[in-house]
Amino acid sequence: MKFQIRRQTELYLLAIVVALSMFLTAMNPKFLTLENLFDLLRNNSFLGIVTLGELVVLISGGIDVSFTATATVAQYVMGVLISRTMVNSVLLAFLIPVPIGLALGAINGCLVYYTRVNPVIITISTLNFYYGVLMFVSKGTWIYKFPPAFREFAKLKLFTLMSSKGIPFGISIFTLSWVILGIITFFLLKYLPIGRKIYAVGGNLEAARRAGFNIFRIQLFVYCYIGLLAGVGGFVHAELNQMIQPNAIVGMELDVIAAAILGGASVFGGVGTVWGTFLGVLLIAIIKNGLILMKASAYWHEVIMGSIIVLAASISAYQRKLQIRKEKGRFAEEQLF
Amino acid sequence: MRKSSFFKIGDIQIVVLLFLLVGLFLLMSFLTRGKLLEFQSLQAVAFQLPLLGLLTLAQMGPMVSGGIDLSIIATANLVSIIMALSMTRFFPSLHAPFAILLGLLLALLLGVVKGFFVALVSVPAIIATLGLMIFIRGVSLVITRGYVIAGFPVDFLFIGNGTVLGIPTSFLVFAAFTIFMYILFSRTRFGLELYLFGSNPVATLFSGVDNRKVVFRTYLLSSFLAGVASCVMASRFNAAQADYGESYLLLTVLACVLGGVSPSGGSGRVMGIVISVAILQVVATGFNLLGFSSHLASALWGTILLGVVLLNRLFLGKN
Repeated sequence: MKFQIRRQTELYLLAIVVALSMFLTAMNPKFLTLENLFDLLRNNSFLGIVTLGELVVLISGGIDVSFTATATVAQYVMGVLISRTMVNSVLLAFLIPVPIGLALGAINGCLVYYTRVNPVIITISTLNFYYGVLMFVSKGTWIYKFPPAFREFAKLKLFTLMSSKGIPFGISIFTLSWVILGIITFFLLKYLPIGRKIYAVGGNLEAARRAGFNIFRIQLFVYCYIGLLAGVGGFVHAELNQMIQPNAIVGMELDVIAAAILGGASVFGGVGTVWGTFLGVLLIAIIKNGLILMKASAYWHEVIMGSIIVLAASISAYQRKLQIRKEKGRFAEEQLF
Repeated sequence: MRKSSFFKIGDIQIVVLLFLLVGLFLLMSFLTRGKLLEFQSLQAVAFQLPLLGLLTLAQMGPMVSGGIDLSIIATANLVSIIMALSMTRFFPSLHAPFAILLGLLLALLLGVVKGFFVALVSVPAIIATLGLMIFIRGVSLVITRGYVIAGFPVDFLFIGNGTVLGIPTSFLVFAAFTIFMYILFSRTRFGLELYLFGSNPVATLFSGVDNRKVVFRTYLLSSFLAGVASCVMASRFNAAQADYGESYLLLTVLACVLGGVSPSGGSGRVMGIVISVAILQVVATGFNLLGFSSHLASALWGTILLGVVLLNRLFLGKN
């Protein structure tokens, strides 16, 4: 039954994405050019990567709002180290944020398991803690002095085309890493034992516990996974912007959760796919891009984004209601809360 | 609901919180070499506390019901903006009381919208209020274009900056609403139904309670209190803007949990909320006097919250 709902959500989403793209192209032919699409995918690769992590946490029945602080801490430590030493290696730079993300994620995982308190509360606390300490230590200073290799890496493309104006464009290395991480997450969720366990825990924690699953290991894994992706995201974000501001990422947590929810993941756990999440990110990206192309005032973005989230959540809540009514009758529906 | 053990746990928590408050107060007084005990510092606490206090009371209802309201700050900002426009542009001749009435009506209207989505469409509270938060903030941005609206009449500024017999007016407002909430939550049918619903919605439904009505009223009440907080906020800052006080959002959740509201619903007392707000404010004012960064305070708040959660787990057993 769940399978059916999920498929439906993704089909609706795909239809909306296609319809919206057609509408935007009609309004402004620039929208459906490869150049614009590649740009859109590049600029949203940070959002896409961390949303994959949030998807895994949501499927497990948890939620993480601290990953923005994790990404910031990870990229900031990297920034300080590479701008002080100026070691000219992207690989070494990349190897700094990833373990930091992993470690901060592990702290979240342990706290969520041992306190048994709603993960929203735990990750709000760790968000405040990680970010507060970082701001206190860094005093909010920006970093924009990077080694040349770090700067050159941002221009890397899978292939290069020329636009009519002679500007080179192509699929960015960051889009590629987003897609690769998406494929990894897909395999992890679909074909590895841990993936099945994550769905099982999110579907019914108590049942999974009684079936003998090691809840600690599973929860530790999902929070480490989003921590790891936040570390990678921190690196990508620093590359995309070529500067590190401590306050650039914190505040985006709700965008990411919104993208995952739009993509069909449920806050109740047990439901969600990589494909749907990709469409969710794409939908948000297209709407923002379309509004810019249509020269709509930036102030309307939030009104439209908010309406879409409420609408999507209402449709999914209504579907759930109908489903329960069909299965268990009207009275059960009253117990939805 | 395990009524007897619930009250016992609540009492222990309040005693622990009181000790924490007194301990932190003494520690801060010692660290600031008595500066915290000076009249001016204490008055500063009394001036700053009501805003966080009222917003936390607004967050309390949804959290007792087992939900959360992420849109209280956005609501307060939109209400401030409408009040500001009423006083400075639309109806300047009608003065502050009319603007406040208009603002509170808007707050109730927003409460109806939230109640509609959470109680009637059954959208999970965290998602519905997240979407509405973005939507409401967007409306504020469209109205103000991101600018600050400033310059209010003197009678309005009295709410946030005036004193009555040396006590800040805003503190009196907070005290009044604390008593109102205390009576509402512990002496009325609505309060009882809210706690019952928060601890076990299915059992509540079977005992003949209209769950939807309870949830609807909870979000209506929460929005109304956000509207009251908005009066204090706009008057205190003498300005209204789309994104004032966003850091307060997580702080209200923190204050609720610190004050004994279980994030899964069904517990928490107004008394606990008041003490926990006082704790947070004493830490903030103390840090300010010590010249520490506000970010260090936020790191410490995170640590306090985790500490309380862990202590609850250690001493009060499994949930």
